[in-house]
Amino acid sequence: MENVRFLLTGDTSLTVEFGNEISEAINHDIRAYKIALEKAGVPGIVELVPTYRSLMVHYDPAVLPYQELRERLEKLLDDMGEIEIPPSPVLEIPVLYGGEMGPDLPFVAEHAGLSEEEVVQIHSSAEYLIYMLGFTPGFTYLGGMSEKIATPRLKQPRVKIPAGSVGIAGTQTGVYPIDSPGGWQLIGRTPVKMYDPDRETPILPEAGQYIKFYPVTQEEYDAIRKEVEAGTYVLKTHARKEV
Amino acid sequence: MSIRVIQPGVQTTVQDLGRFGYQQYGVPVAGAMDPRSLKLANILLDNDPGEAALEITIMGPQLEFTEPNYIALTGGDLNAVLDGKPMPRYEAVKVEPGQVLRFLGLKNGCRAYLAFAGGLDIPAVMGSRSTYMKAKIGGYEGRKLEAGDELKFRAPQPDLPFPERRKIGIDFTPQRQYDLRVILGPQDDYFTEAGLETFCREVYTVSAQFDRMGCRLDGTVIEHKNGGDIISDGIAMGAVQVPTAGLPIIMAADRQTTGGYTKIATVISADFRYLGQLKGGDKVHFVPVTIEQAQNSRMLDEAYYKMITDYFDRDRGL
Repeated sequence: MENVRFLLTGDTSLTVEFGNEISEAINHDIRAYKIALEKAGVPGIVELVPTYRSLMVHYDPAVLPYQELRERLEKLLDDMGEIEIPPSPVLEIPVLYGGEMGPDLPFVAEHAGLSEEEVVQIHSSAEYLIYMLGFTPGFTYLGGMSEKIATPRLKQPRVKIPAGSVGIAGTQTGVYPIDSPGGWQLIGRTPVKMYDPDRETPILPEAGQYIKFYPVTQEEYDAIRKEVEAGTYVLKTHARKEV
Repeated sequence: MSIRVIQPGVQTTVQDLGRFGYQQYGVPVAGAMDPRSLKLANILLDNDPGEAALEITIMGPQLEFTEPNYIALTGGDLNAVLDGKPMPRYEAVKVEPGQVLRFLGLKNGCRAYLAFAGGLDIPAVMGSRSTYMKAKIGGYEGRKLEAGDELKFRAPQPDLPFPERRKIGIDFTPQRQYDLRVILGPQDDYFTEAGLETFCREVYTVSAQFDRMGCRLDGTVIEHKNGGDIISDGIAMGAVQVPTAGLPIIMAADRQTTGGYTKIATVISADFRYLGQLKGGDKVHFVPVTIEQAQNSRMLDEAYYKMITDYFDRDRGL
């Protein structure tokens, strides 16, 4: 972590920048640093916002003036080697692919020169790194989708895409957390609510974690939906194996 | 019910100091555009300084009170009248059932804050009562007020002690040109020397596009070295974003949590009191200061809040 820079973002936050490119290695550094900083429990830190290549630290200068914070942050960088960071969790997200839920699956398959089953197989076999969340509450910027199923956006965006829709836009894939307009190619839908403002954990995914989609049948989708509505559904996760 | 909304005004929303802790999940902070005015209104009423109040924009609402309580109005002057008589600003005012508060039109500033002793009975969403309209969360059903809405006081204080002493000087004064103090960065190194000079020298005019998300400015283009795109990072309140076209946008309370444009500087928190009062046509000039100067100004604000809080406490014999 030798290329770390401290950037001023006003008098109540600063940004710790770990590099100037989008890479899994930089994102892992950010996750590790965030976990270490949370463990350190520094009074005066209000919240941490990880993004592609940096961690924004919001703080209360009445409790923790800039110079003091800066020293704490620099010392923590030096100590990183001694801090144990658990492997990233992988969130297992059930998806009902195709049909009404994924009206663009035939187009994506045709564009890729593959069968629908092959598209589903490719899309559901990778573990996608959550680089960050942004744009709308709960929207994940995922990396790692196969170029084989990359598809341009719709020429005419849809006016309303239901929450839970799983789509592809260029080489990106993701889930719409709330009903919204959008131009992504829709290939399926998850019954899991990525975002629910009234739930104890309003937003499930976190930057630095991974998402793995797995195909479910209509019956499984309906059963999970019921559990989600009842508030009893627990998202399955597993620890990522280092690759 | 405690307040009946007869007319909603242009944009009247419930706001506190904002929703912190969820930016990492993509949830904007929202909260009062002018946090100082919100705090002063609350302190006048013995409320927690961050209690939720109504943020009233340009053309205010018409509200009928149906329960007695004390209220306080701060911020820009929107020409408020209570039962036809001018409503005093920056002091605690008793309202009785049947009284009607109206706003006749903007005199200065952009936003007024109307606080209620004991606060409003509004559920907190993700730890805050602030309305974030785009995602329809917080405040009154996640939206601005509409005619016919009914608001309820949470713990009204019709017998607020020492009401006659709860008065402070008018805190907001409109200016011909707002000198907004800024800290350069995070991406000041993406601009040429000439670009940085332009930014610090020129006077900018607030365009017609100003809202809770941000204030677009018109004026001289600021020169980048190699364009205004970056790999998205976090955006602070008051960040002055300069896209490749070169005209600055000051990011405000409802800003998105992340963005991919260069940010040349950030307005210091002590000057959000002016940022929150900007409207189309206002003149803005940016003045760089050090982080130490900025944090000192913030401490002065805190000292002022403490001084008036202590003053009311002393009156009460605490």
